[in-house]
Amino acid sequence: MAHAHKLEIFRGLVKFKSNTQKIWGVLIFLTIVTAIEVVLGIYKPESLMAKFIGMKILNWIFIILTLVKAYYITWDFMHMRDEVKALRRMVVWTAIFLILYLIFILLQEGGYIESIYTTGYIKTDF
Amino acid sequence: MSNTVVATEIEGKAWGGGNEPLKASYGKMMMWFFIVSDALTFSGFLAAYGFSRFKFIDYWPIADEVFTHVPFLHGQELPMIYVAFMTFVLIMSSVTMVLAVDAGHHLNKGKVTIYMFLTIIGGLIFVGSQAWEWATFIKGDFGAVQTKGGNILQFVDADGHRVALRDFVVGEHTERTEHGRENGLWFVEEGTLPTYTVEEVVSGLEAHENILVRTQLLNEHGEKTVLSRAESLKQLKNNGTHVVEGANLKENEYGSPLFADFFFFITGFHGFHVFSGVIINIIIFFNVILGTYEKRKNYEMVEKVGLYWHFVDLVWVFVFTFFYLV
Repeated sequence: MAHAHKLEIFRGLVKFKSNTQKIWGVLIFLTIVTAIEVVLGIYKPESLMAKFIGMKILNWIFIILTLVKAYYITWDFMHMRDEVKALRRMVVWTAIFLILYLIFILLQEGGYIESIYTTGYIKTDF
Repeated sequence: MSNTVVATEIEGKAWGGGNEPLKASYGKMMMWFFIVSDALTFSGFLAAYGFSRFKFIDYWPIADEVFTHVPFLHGQELPMIYVAFMTFVLIMSSVTMVLAVDAGHHLNKGKVTIYMFLTIIGGLIFVGSQAWEWATFIKGDFGAVQTKGGNILQFVDADGHRVALRDFVVGEHTERTEHGRENGLWFVEEGTLPTYTVEEVVSGLEAHENILVRTQLLNEHGEKTVLSRAESLKQLKNNGTHVVEGANLKENEYGSPLFADFFFFITGFHGFHVFSGVIINIIIFFNVILGTYEKRKNYEMVEKVGLYWHFVDLVWVFVFTFFYLV
């Protein structure tokens, strides 16, 4: 059976000869990303500790690298790259939209309760 | 993709499964929908973790200091190394899974068998590692004292290194029988008593000049606050209620009880997914050996469990980031 796999990643920058080769290529990429995360997590460079939009730059880097990994797992391991556009959008945008909403609500409220704990008359440290 | 199961009875029946909207077979599309809903469940858990963490943003335990153990390397502080290994095992088993799917497209039964087998092994290593991680977490390492307010007091030496209770507290022999069902209220039981009492910890702290108390509060450098010698003794004497060793759902020596609760809940739920994934993989593995898909001339079933398996890997990538890194 002949299957049409799209064999290029990084928007066509790297093109593999076969599907098997692409799988190993993606593995190497994911391993490098994980290694970067672990090294940053262990050494925690002082320069990345500055805050940026309410969070440390280091944490932003972690989250972005995670999303990059998630993209390649979904697109190449789960073959989302080979599905039709409508299926892709149906799955991805539904999840992203709902998850963003969930995160916004819960983190917003968590931050509010924290402000009550610190500025209100509730004693927690005893 | 044109790898529909060759099943003659549905051919041409638009409402009987013969139709392929979005060019994906029924089974694959349903697997995608399941994955979306399961992804939302996990997001709910992780967002709830974020909620609790934002609520106690200045008191949350530092994951680097909690998960420092590696099997066979006792007493060494190696933060993240073992979790990174677990992540790599899971990604690797994802790779063998996708190779099995690829071999299935070429109808190569032998290769599918080998790759499915490797995937199962990878899954088992991961579940085993997680069990070990749980056991280490539950057992604890240094021990701590809980205060009236439910906060945790840990002990450090002058350089800021953690000191275990067993290193400076002398347990005296005391007569204190555990409360059992046979005496007193039959419906009330008492768990195992901690090794030391608070009084013993106080006298241990008084005897060792160089030991200080560390609180849960994070300072501006993101490190836990260490109290002065006088403050240490005062805090321990006035507020210490009981000794905590290890972690359970009610209290833990690492800090906020919610940290342990979410650890058990999120990694447990994920571990359950890995476990069921291994079971499903084993079933498909035997089907492959028996030649079920060979006869069907189609290995789409491998592809469908593959989707589930990759999803489990995908979730772990997020759990790894939000529980261990951020």
